[in-house]
Amino acid sequence: MASLRFHIRYPEEKIPDPILYQIGQEFEVITSIRRADVRETTGWLDVEFTGETDEIDRAISGLRDKGCIVDPIELNIVE
Amino acid sequence: MAKMKSLVCRECGKEYPTKDIHVCELCFGPLEVKYDYDEIKASISREKIQAGPKSLWRYIDLLPVEGQPTVGKYAGFTPLVRAHNLGAFLGIDELYIKNDCVNHPTLSFKDRVVAIALTRARELGFETVACASTGNLANSVAAHASSAGMKCYVFIPGDLEAAKVLGNLIYRPNVVEIEGTYDDVNRLCSEIAGERHWAFVNINIRPYYAEGSKTLAFETAEQLGWRAPDQVVVPMASGSLLTKIWKGLKEFEKLGLIDQVSTKVNGAQAEGCSPIATAFKNGRDFFKPVKPNTIAKSLAIGNPADGYYALKTAAETQGAMESVSDDEIVEGIKLLAQTEGIFAETAGGVTIGVLQKLVKQGLIKKNDVTVAYITGNGLKTQEAVVDSVGRPIRIQPSLSQFTKKFALQEPA
Ligand SMILES: Cc1ncc(COP(=O)(O)O)c(C=O)c1O
Ligand SMILES: [Zn+2]
Repeated sequence: MASLRFHIRYPEEKIPDPILYQIGQEFEVITSIRRADVRETTGWLDVEFTGETDEIDRAISGLRDKGCIVDPIELNIVE
Repeated sequence: MAKMKSLVCRECGKEYPTKDIHVCELCFGPLEVKYDYDEIKASISREKIQAGPKSLWRYIDLLPVEGQPTVGKYAGFTPLVRAHNLGAFLGIDELYIKNDCVNHPTLSFKDRVVAIALTRARELGFETVACASTGNLANSVAAHASSAGMKCYVFIPGDLEAAKVLGNLIYRPNVVEIEGTYDDVNRLCSEIAGERHWAFVNINIRPYYAEGSKTLAFETAEQLGWRAPDQVVVPMASGSLLTKIWKGLKEFEKLGLIDQVSTKVNGAQAEGCSPIATAFKNGRDFFKPVKPNTIAKSLAIGNPADGYYALKTAAETQGAMESVSDDEIVEGIKLLAQTEGIFAETAGGVTIGVLQKLVKQGLIKKNDVTVAYITGNGLKTQEAVVDSVGRPIRIQPSLSQFTKKFALQEPA
């Protein structure tokens, strides 16, 4: 089991969708939102995923397939 | 001497012990070092600083280490150059260049942050240091690690230029080239940092590492004769340097080392990667991440960790932000070289280009005491200018040819 933390951004047209709920249904991961800012044209969430590492990887791919942009919580690390 | 009180969450204010943690457990906000300023005030003075070493360690009372420096003892205390020629060209009476092109040992301001990060990492018991980087940071970590006898891992994307790879390999760290996009590299390094007990300087050691940038502000104020400038122009990648220059000036003010600070803090980015400057110009308090495409590779961070705080700093200080094109960057590099004899890397071209724009826009005025931060050395980014500096004038070894070529008069 691992816990990994991510910063997830939503494209504008996806803001009304219950994306995190869907991900929780489709993959065996537990999601815990710690901070979020959702406005009319922008939305982001800081989320912890708990589960098997491979399953978290699949959930992240799933988020990307839905049009989300997923970064580590630290954002860009390559300086 | 407990000058460091805690690490504090920049978002929710929760406090933590001064260990190798960087994210708030509660809200995932970034952590920052909190000091006991009463204690520091009781011991710090201009005289004590002036009697200290000629390096950034003269400000040790305001740096996040517990003992004496053990790594990077010679970093910092670079020249503050009075730029008469460039000032005259731009129409500023009192312009200074803070010249971190000549930082020890790897010729960029990263030697400051790495000196602090590795000294702190040793205090915390780490034997291995690491970073993910395309350039200046990796060079500095690798060099300092070899001199400190620490194990070192440098992670790089798979598509770097040969010279940049070599600039790491020469120090013999473990250089790990990752196949994949920059996003993949970011993600993997974040995960490795979570798994290994390593000092990842810009991840789990980041709260300490970032504090090193304050020394650019401390030195500036001291070198100006214990006063803050009216305007500073700072290049931005993650945005950390800009926020820390402001923090440094405010700390000096708080401790009574300088009078009230009303410095305008201005940020500079390349057009090809300007998430922070663009947000500022659009009046937004958040930025949209971008895919970088600029010759200013040391500033090419598309999703900057401190972008939000940099925006806040510029707004709070009534500073501004601007960006310049690749051509303007090259012009900026040449202008600085040809007026002040300082050969800066592309980040310096960004700073000079933006300085010029801010003067033109009337935001920096003739009598504003202005400091431009030149943070890296031009010898590291020669590709940027190689096609625009001309060629030597070739002649036969003959005196008459020489005289003719330069249209010189024969000496009488
Ligand atoms: C030469 C140079 N200048 C400025 C910066 C900007 O630093 P920051 O990420 O703190 O904004 C960098 C960062 O990589 C750099 O290499
Ligand atoms: Zn917090």
